[in-house]
Amino acid sequence: MRLSELVEKEEYKRWLWRIFLIMLAVTVIADFLVHREHVEFVWEQIPGFAAFYGFISCVFIIVFSKWIGHKWLMKEEDYYEREEAP
Amino acid sequence: MNAEAFISLLNGSALVQSLQPVSFVPPGLIFIIASLLIPILRNHRIRNIYLLAIPVIAFFDMLRVEKGVFYRIDFLGYKLVLARVDELSIVFAYVFVIMAFAGVLYALHSRNNLEFFAAFLYIGSSLGVVFSGDLFSLYIFWEIMAISSVFLIWLNKEPWQERRKAIGAGFRYIMVHATGGVILLGGIILYILNTGSIEFGQISYGDLASILILISFILNAAVPPLSAWLSDAYPEASVTGAVYMTAYTTKTAVYVLLRAFPGVEILVWLGAIMAVYGVIYAVLENDIRRLLAYHIISQVGYMVAGVGIGTEMAVNGSASHAFCHILYKALLFMGAGAVIHVTGRRKLTELGGIYKYMPLTFFLYMVGGFSISAFPLFSGFVSKSMVIAASAEAKMPLVWLMLTLASSGTFLHTGLKLPYFTFFGENYVEKAKRVKATEAPLNMLLAMGFLAFLCIFIGVYPDVLYRMLPYHVDFEPYRGQHITETMQILLFTALGFFLLLKYVAGEPTISLDTDWFYRKGAKIFMRFVGGPLAIAAQFPLTVANHIADRVKWFSKSPVSATFLIIATGIYKIFGTIPGLQPEHSKILIEEAWKNYPGEPVRRSPIGDSVILVLLIMVIYGIICYLKP
Repeated sequence: MRLSELVEKEEYKRWLWRIFLIMLAVTVIADFLVHREHVEFVWEQIPGFAAFYGFISCVFIIVFSKWIGHKWLMKEEDYYEREEAP
Repeated sequence: MNAEAFISLLNGSALVQSLQPVSFVPPGLIFIIASLLIPILRNHRIRNIYLLAIPVIAFFDMLRVEKGVFYRIDFLGYKLVLARVDELSIVFAYVFVIMAFAGVLYALHSRNNLEFFAAFLYIGSSLGVVFSGDLFSLYIFWEIMAISSVFLIWLNKEPWQERRKAIGAGFRYIMVHATGGVILLGGIILYILNTGSIEFGQISYGDLASILILISFILNAAVPPLSAWLSDAYPEASVTGAVYMTAYTTKTAVYVLLRAFPGVEILVWLGAIMAVYGVIYAVLENDIRRLLAYHIISQVGYMVAGVGIGTEMAVNGSASHAFCHILYKALLFMGAGAVIHVTGRRKLTELGGIYKYMPLTFFLYMVGGFSISAFPLFSGFVSKSMVIAASAEAKMPLVWLMLTLASSGTFLHTGLKLPYFTFFGENYVEKAKRVKATEAPLNMLLAMGFLAFLCIFIGVYPDVLYRMLPYHVDFEPYRGQHITETMQILLFTALGFFLLLKYVAGEPTISLDTDWFYRKGAKIFMRFVGGPLAIAAQFPLTVANHIADRVKWFSKSPVSATFLIIATGIYKIFGTIPGLQPEHSKILIEEAWKNYPGEPVRRSPIGDSVILVLLIMVIYGIICYLKP
């Protein structure tokens, strides 16, 4: 099977999603089973905290950056070439 | 006297120490000397063999390197040290030499000999910094690094590059680094005045000298707000030139920080902010190499934070992360560069869907992507986690949270967003029929394969790396808890990415960074220079010229001029010259002015400047005379 089929056919795409969701579940379940020896902070004792934090981080980074970008930081591509005053 | 006693006497004497046989050449000198031949090598094949041989020779030289202090040179009463070798310099030197080989291999198709010349000088001077035992030679190599690397930007003559942008970015780059160099020199001079020693070792943080040195170091490490030069300049360099640049400047800065300022607390916070800063900007970026450049800033943040934490584990973490980072970041730049080389396009909004044409490039890029994201079995996993673990060990919860957030962002961009919108997603390349995408040239693929192999090798056998580190490593990355933690963070980041997919696509914009201050600031400054400042500057000159004209006029006939002035003065005051009718005196004075010797005063630039110089000398003389 070629890579192109794998990512373009809807049927395979659905399968990829299922595999991905199973992997998510497996990592969270595994977190309940592992032996915790190095615990420095409270949250490291909570199983599944990393999953929560990873997801929150990702959403935070996208939302915050796009917000501050559209509000302030993002400019047209010729911003520095234009002659008028800033 | 028996033989043993004689030998020990000899060993103790200064003469023998200075003639102590050394089995290696400083690796930096190999590159610097070798660079001189490159411009005259016209034959492509001979040149390529030569270019590849030099890093190999340097590598074998590295194998012979011994710990200690060698190549001492007397200079104006100071001792310069060209090879101070210990664990820390060896770690960095090894990865610099390995990287030199990969970078040259990646660029072998290039006909641009001058670029190789600049690159070898750049690599050699970076190695020079790493082996410098004193501040003078450190400074010299530091400056050669800045000057040689700017040519990697200026020499970007590839068809997809707007020349004007490369020239401008190069000028901004060199001016920022020149400023940093001056700050470093000021710091070094103050330091020598304070301590009397030029030895480069740990510097106690607190006084002005140490602050100046620290500023110049963190400028090269691209710590915000001194970071804009990096994301500004690297994407304008040639595909091949940028690969060298990612490796050396920031990592020599990490090396000198590790050497001079371990445990300086401010660096912890700067590093943690830096890690998040790079990630936030990476969301906004559309240029693929600029996105990766922001991730250099983010990754160096981990190293800077490690320097600041300063414990044995943190120092180990910084050094090993620098080692791994050089390899995978170069691999990522090579992958992005290969795409640009083949398609001539550099923006996410203009790429997409090219995995069909470049499956190998995609695969090798993803090895880099997984390494920087710290997936288990890839190199980032064994080094980045050491810094994060050190922050936990040092009881810094906020730093831990910031660095972990940045890890999530790293995977989000380098591992998901960039490859998704470059290799998959909407295919803008195919829509524009003009662009033909094929697999990258063989030498590029080989270089990427070489680095990808190293990334996985270090990920699987971290002991290879751990054995080189400055301190004994008491850290096992492959623990159950650590693996599940990492996998959860990464996979749930991926979940977030796919759920928000339509919001993360690139947008055709650029982002304001601190370079705004000197890019817009420079225009405002030039307007000020051209307007108010020019007029103000002209004013003393106008006054001086006026005085000079009078002096010239007067000197034509001082006696009659004096009479003329006095007579006119008297006429103005009394309305007449004593003994004459008012109307007669008027005629007399008008005649006298008309007949005053010579033509009207004529300006000549040379004469003017002579008089100005004379005036200044007279004023100077007066000041000197009056000074007590």
